[in-house]
This record gives sequence, structure tokens and C-alpha cells, in this order.
Amino acid sequence: MEPTAVEELSYEQAFAELEEIVRLLETDSKTLEESLALFERGQALARRCAQLLEQAELRIRQLTGEDLTYEDED
Amino acid sequence: MLGHMEQRSFLPYLRTISLRVSDLTLYLRQVLESDLLLQDVWVQGEISNLSRPSSGHIYFTLKDEGASLRCVIWRSTAQRLRGNLQNGMAVEAHGRISIYERDGQYQLYVDSMRLTGEGWLYQEFLRLKARLEQEGLFDPERKRPLPPHPKVVGIVTSPTGAALQDMLNILRDRYPLCEVIVAPAQVQGDNAPLTITAALRAVCRQNPDVVILARGGGSLEDLWAFNDERVVRAIAECPIPVVTGIGHETDFTLSDFAADLRAPTPTGAAVAVSPDRDDLRRELSGTIDALAAAFGSRLDQLTGDLDEATYRLDHLSPLRRVENDRQRLDDLVERAKRAQKHILALRQARSQALAGRWAALNPLAVLQRGYAVVTDTAGRVLHSSAGLQAGQDVHVRLAEGAFDAQVTAAHPDQPHP
Repeated sequence: MEPTAVEELSYEQAFAELEEIVRLLETDSKTLEESLALFERGQALARRCAQLLEQAELRIRQLTGEDLTYEDED
Repeated sequence: MLGHMEQRSFLPYLRTISLRVSDLTLYLRQVLESDLLLQDVWVQGEISNLSRPSSGHIYFTLKDEGASLRCVIWRSTAQRLRGNLQNGMAVEAHGRISIYERDGQYQLYVDSMRLTGEGWLYQEFLRLKARLEQEGLFDPERKRPLPPHPKVVGIVTSPTGAALQDMLNILRDRYPLCEVIVAPAQVQGDNAPLTITAALRAVCRQNPDVVILARGGGSLEDLWAFNDERVVRAIAECPIPVVTGIGHETDFTLSDFAADLRAPTPTGAAVAVSPDRDDLRRELSGTIDALAAAFGSRLDQLTGDLDEATYRLDHLSPLRRVENDRQRLDDLVERAKRAQKHILALRQARSQALAGRWAALNPLAVLQRGYAVVTDTAGRVLHSSAGLQAGQDVHVRLAEGAFDAQVTAAHPDQPHP
């Protein structure tokens, strides 16, 4: 399965995958190529997280009449 | 016969003044209504004959051991009264005494009520709290943990209140990574419980990770909607963790008891649901270090394997020139060469990747530690001395300033330090 491009990951997704990669590198005896690939993926994820953290702007949405129903639902 | 008797018994009164019943009743009513005490009086007794017809008015009798008093609560007043009246309740009723002319019945027109002894609202609060507590709505086991990194935060509050702006400011500052969905509700008044429960349900349909239910400070009456059974149940039934921030630090509502977490204020609730960006920076930095360390130790491990292979190669006895050994030696040499190439590539990759790591956080940091970036005349960063010619011009960038230089000799085979 192709990993998702880091640009499409949310902070939570990128950070979770980064942590998983650290865990894999720490516990599994991967081959050179695998270790290197994991490490590079980890770097990309870390950059993505840092970028999101510094550039994020709060998005706010207010529900309006059609989302809200005031009938007594009970 | 009947007519005769009537005539006889009424005859003696013919010449005295006689009032019509209506006139007398009106007169009595005026007497009662001009009495200051009777127009502003608290009466205590026990409720009986309670009746609530569909008109919305409430009728009952207040009585004690010796007497009873008819009482009326008009619908408009009844709607303002909190709590359920019940037969047998000892209460104090306030109002004015007047006459219901059709029945010739004097009665108390109630405009407010309280339980005898402790305050009415508080009694009602305790009664409902005990009931819901017994149902298990406030059990600690029901409390769910909050998500550490919520992606979507739902907020149920007044869209015009200062509390909302305060919360948004906190989230903007601490955790701008999240999306906020505001579900507007009336947070006080008769419609408040209905709009709060509807807003809670509506915001949950948007599937947020956590929901804040908040209201700025106010009087006990102002906060009363948050003691409404419907609101409390809606919180308990909410499929998503709820954090309350209602009133001030000292205010406790039943909503607070039903919530997964009670924050002292709206801003407190915003802080409770959001990780601090500074903490996230530290967390990320720590994880990057762990990544580098994990990869580094994997490299060391692989280098160790190579050393071992080289060692074994060196110590193979030259005396055993069996064909087999010969072949094995060739194999090992081949493998060692391949591994050597890998390690070189890997070290190069590591230094690049580590540089990348620092650059992600602070591109100047590496240079400030005494490193330099070397580029060729076309501005391409040089990663390898392979391909460099003696006499070639290069550009060297330092933490402060840069200089041009010329290659005197290239050593492509020299391993990474």
C-alpha cells in the first residue's frame, strides 16, 4: 500500500505515523533499505508537523437554522 | 302556595336597604383590596387539592390544622415557577387576597412561592440531583477521557456572548490546528433548555472530537437552564465527551456533574480541550530526537555487523586453500564491498537527513554550530566530492557571511568522518 503523501496528512495523522516509525526503528530489525526509507519518511512527517504547527489558523464554522432543530425530540 | 310563603317571609324586609349579591361581593372585594396587608402577604401552609387543568393555571388549597385557603396561580406566573408543586409540600406563598365573585370565595392570588425553610431553587436542585445521581448519571465510571489532539471542537453557547470570543481567543492562541463548530443556543430564559439540547444534538451530528458547553457568569437564576433535567440528560447521553464551563469558579450546576469534565469557566473549558502549542513543539522535537536516535543506533548495529564480517575475513587462515574456502572468501569480499557502499550511502543520507531535520526547525542552527554549505557556481549544493575537479570554483556559505574558494584536490573515496 502506497503511503499517503505527507502534504495530505493532518497534524494528528502525521504525528501518529511519526511515532509509529520511531517505534518500528527502535524495535524491529529492518534491513538497511527499509530503515533508511522509514527514516526518510519520518523526516518528511516531522517537517509536515512543524509546518502545520507554525502556519495553522483556527477555522470557525457556525451552525445555522437548517442544522439546528428546536422541536422537542423526546 | 310557594308564592305565598315567599311573600310572607320577605315582607318584613321590604323597607330595609337591600344589596344585590353582586354589589355586596364587589363591596367586599374593594374592602379586601384596599387592605395593604392583604395585598402583599406571605402565607404558609401545606398544599392540598392540587389541580392543574389544561388552561395552565394552577389551583390548590393551603391548609394548616385549623383552616384552609383557596389559592390560584395564573398561567403566566406558573410558567415562571421552578420545580414541581406536590400535595403535602410545606410552602410559603406570596400574593394578594381577593374574591372570586362567582363563587363568593375569597382566595390568594399567588405570584411567588418558596419551600418553607430552605430556598425553593436549592431544594429543587437537591431533589433532582439526588434522583439523577441514583440513576447513575453522575457516576465517575461514565466520565470519558478527552482526546489529546482534537481535530474538531464543538462549542454550544450564546453566539453573542463574550464567553464565545474568550474561548475562540484561547483556541487560536493555544491550538489553531483545530476546527471549531459553534452551535448557537439561548443560555438563559424559558427556551434555554430546549435550544441547548437541540444545539448539543446538532453539534454532535457534525461529529466533533469534543464538545464544550459554556456560559459566562450570572446569577443563580441565570444559570438555571443548566440545572434543567432535559439539559442534564442530553449531556449524559451525548456520544461525544462534553466539557462544561458554566458561570464562575464557584458555580456548580447539574450539567457540570453530568459532563465528562467540569471546567471552572468558559476559558477554562477551552484550555482543557486544547493542547498547548508550546507543548506540541516540545513533543515534536522530542520525537524527532527519538527518530534520529533510533535510526542512529540501527546504523551502529549495521556497522557492527560489517566490522564483524571484515574481522572474520581478515582472520581466515591463508593455509586453508581449499576450493570451498576460496569461494567463501570471494563471497565475503564481495559482501563486504557491497556493505561498505551501503554504509557510505547511509552515512551520507544520515548527514543529509539530520541537516534536513534541523532545517525543518531552524535552518541557521546547523551553520551556527560551525558547519558550512558548499555550492557550485550554478548554486547547487554539493553533497559529494565525486565529480569535483582541482581548480573548480565553489561558493561556501557560513552562519555569517560567505566566501568563494577553489578546489585544490578532491578525495571522493575518503569515508565520512
